[in-house]
Amino acid sequence: MRSGERGSAWRCVLLLVLAVAALAGPLSCGGGSAGPPTVSFYIFHEPSGAFERGAERCSRLSNGRYHIRISELPSTADGQRQQLVRRLAASDPSIDILGMDVVWTAEFAEAGWLRSVPAGLREAVSRGTLGPALRTATWRGTLQALPYNTNTQLLWYRRDLVPSPPATWAQMIDMGTRLEEQGRPGRVEIQGAQYEALTVWFNSLVASAGGRILDDAGRSALDHTATEAAEVMRLLARSPAADPSLSNQHEDDNRLAFETGRAAFELNYPFIYPSARTNAPELFRNLAWALYPSMVAGRPSHVTIGGINLGVSAFSPHPDVAFAAALCLRDADNQRFAAVHGGLPPTLSALYDDPDLRREYPFADTIREALATASVRPLTPAYTNVSLEIQSALAPPSGIQPQRILGDLRTSIGNALNSQGLVP
Amino acid sequence: MPRRQELTGRARAERRLALILCAPAVLVMAAVTAYPIVYALWLSLQRYDLRFPNRSAFVGLENYLTVVASSRWWQAVANTVIITVVSVTIELVLGMLVALVMHRTIFGRGAVRTNVLVPYGIITVVAAFSWRFAWTPVTGYLVRWLHLSTDPLTSHGTSLAIIILAEVWKTTPFMSLLLLAGLALVPEELMEAARVDGASAWQRFVRITLPLMKPAILVAVLFRVMDAFRVFDDIFVLTGGANQTQSVSILGYDQLFVGLNLGIGSAVSVLIFLIVALIGLVFIRGFGAAAPGAGTRR
Repeated sequence: MRSGERGSAWRCVLLLVLAVAALAGPLSCGGGSAGPPTVSFYIFHEPSGAFERGAERCSRLSNGRYHIRISELPSTADGQRQQLVRRLAASDPSIDILGMDVVWTAEFAEAGWLRSVPAGLREAVSRGTLGPALRTATWRGTLQALPYNTNTQLLWYRRDLVPSPPATWAQMIDMGTRLEEQGRPGRVEIQGAQYEALTVWFNSLVASAGGRILDDAGRSALDHTATEAAEVMRLLARSPAADPSLSNQHEDDNRLAFETGRAAFELNYPFIYPSARTNAPELFRNLAWALYPSMVAGRPSHVTIGGINLGVSAFSPHPDVAFAAALCLRDADNQRFAAVHGGLPPTLSALYDDPDLRREYPFADTIREALATASVRPLTPAYTNVSLEIQSALAPPSGIQPQRILGDLRTSIGNALNSQGLVP
Repeated sequence: MPRRQELTGRARAERRLALILCAPAVLVMAAVTAYPIVYALWLSLQRYDLRFPNRSAFVGLENYLTVVASSRWWQAVANTVIITVVSVTIELVLGMLVALVMHRTIFGRGAVRTNVLVPYGIITVVAAFSWRFAWTPVTGYLVRWLHLSTDPLTSHGTSLAIIILAEVWKTTPFMSLLLLAGLALVPEELMEAARVDGASAWQRFVRITLPLMKPAILVAVLFRVMDAFRVFDDIFVLTGGANQTQSVSILGYDQLFVGLNLGIGSAVSVLIFLIVALIGLVFIRGFGAAAPGAGTRR
């Protein structure tokens, strides 16, 4: 009996020692061990392994100057932001390079968590990079991060139902309604759930109508274009062309709904293309693409740009090697691999002419054209709050009251910009 | 209360030893509990947004005024009160039935009690995920069985109902365990005597069991009300607070971790703390609830 007790006491002590050792392990590794400095790169999990391959390649090419270690962030965008914010707010020195959604750049820069790109590197970063992607990485006139991947939505449609693609939103809703009335699939698949994509939809419509949500000084700049945008959202939501679960749909729900053949149109990112090829080969033969519909006939649309920027933490103990590593991570070879294998459109314009990429992306020219005139979501450190207010005001799209929306948004965005009031 | 009396030297020494022995625990408690509470109080009096460190300032009660003036706060309070009152009421009735079954079971007593406890043993987040999948069209069997045409988690009323259902399923076992302890306090002779006097089963339950169980019932309800008022994980997983289903805890979390507004978020936390403290006070002063064991000595 007693020996048993002693045994379990020893086991406790052993566990305790192991726990302490496990805690101390990572701390001691960061210290003055020999060999090249480790640059830790925090980024979301990318299933094709393109990020790991890039990190290994750059470590090799650096000739012992640095070694890049990838640490994976949570799978959801909110989870990624929370982990980064928690660590950065605590001045955590264990992050060197952070993979940020484009809309966090201003927020992180304003909080003093990013080291702006050194003057000597700016030319190397901006050369050949798409303009709107660079704009997302710029805050207060300074380049704060390195554009890594980009992304944007196209209009996907079925050639067997729609001979020529609609140029405007009004035409598209009209075509969809008529198809539905004839008893043929005419739905328009778009993300209508109360989350970030609702802000993306609204931003694309406002920009396409010639307006913008915030001005250059970061003040609310909403005008009649916001009302027009809200009217289009409501019009679609209440038309026979709307998906019945519109108010709960995310990107992947749209993809699935389109693949089942109930829709004629889909506004979504290029990831739906390889998916349709595998899941719906019959439908895939008629899958065609066009630029995002415009708001005003004869004027181009300005679809919202997405993607990832690479930032270097203000608390990184070796920023010079971190910048060198980040520059290598986004070089043409790594971007090509990520585009071809991971479906992440590159930020380097010349890659859209690359034969490998064009084989995987027959729509490469359309994407480049869309990106050239793309719009950027509001650049403000309070972006998350602004976006949450927009989502809250526009959800569900069928319940939008266009006469009231402008006043509501002005008040709530004003509060959000001053970090006043409660976030929804 | 023990009467004050002259302490012998030995008693004094023992008291000193007791203080020294308690000191480490008190220090740990101060470090992990008292310090964060005081710090949250201090933060709640400041304008403090993580993204605008330069704009931090002492603002007194302004954050509290902002919270109390916000319709989002009152919506969250209303949701929380609805969830608390409805779920605890159902749990009390169901829990009492389950406790009576457990009390009266003659064979397989261990098996019955173990089975009843299963929901309480499952991690709340895991259970919440299975509820979510069950109620989502395409993946969900409940949607199929009930032939629902829409997604019940997309509208306010049905979302609240599902949250309450998940809470009831999860915590009824806890309620029934506490009530079972109370049932054990009812002397069998009293029931026998009442039966001989011709009291019906209902009369025996209302006149004898309930009054004798009152302390146990009050404690069970108090625990559950304080717990239910802080409901977080079920809502976080099931709706994430969409369709106006935020509870006060979800609202506080959103201010702190999504909005990064430590000032307002701390004010929300302090208000939740005050409300929970008030609930405890009302139960103890108003209904005479007492900690288990303390009631018998009075």
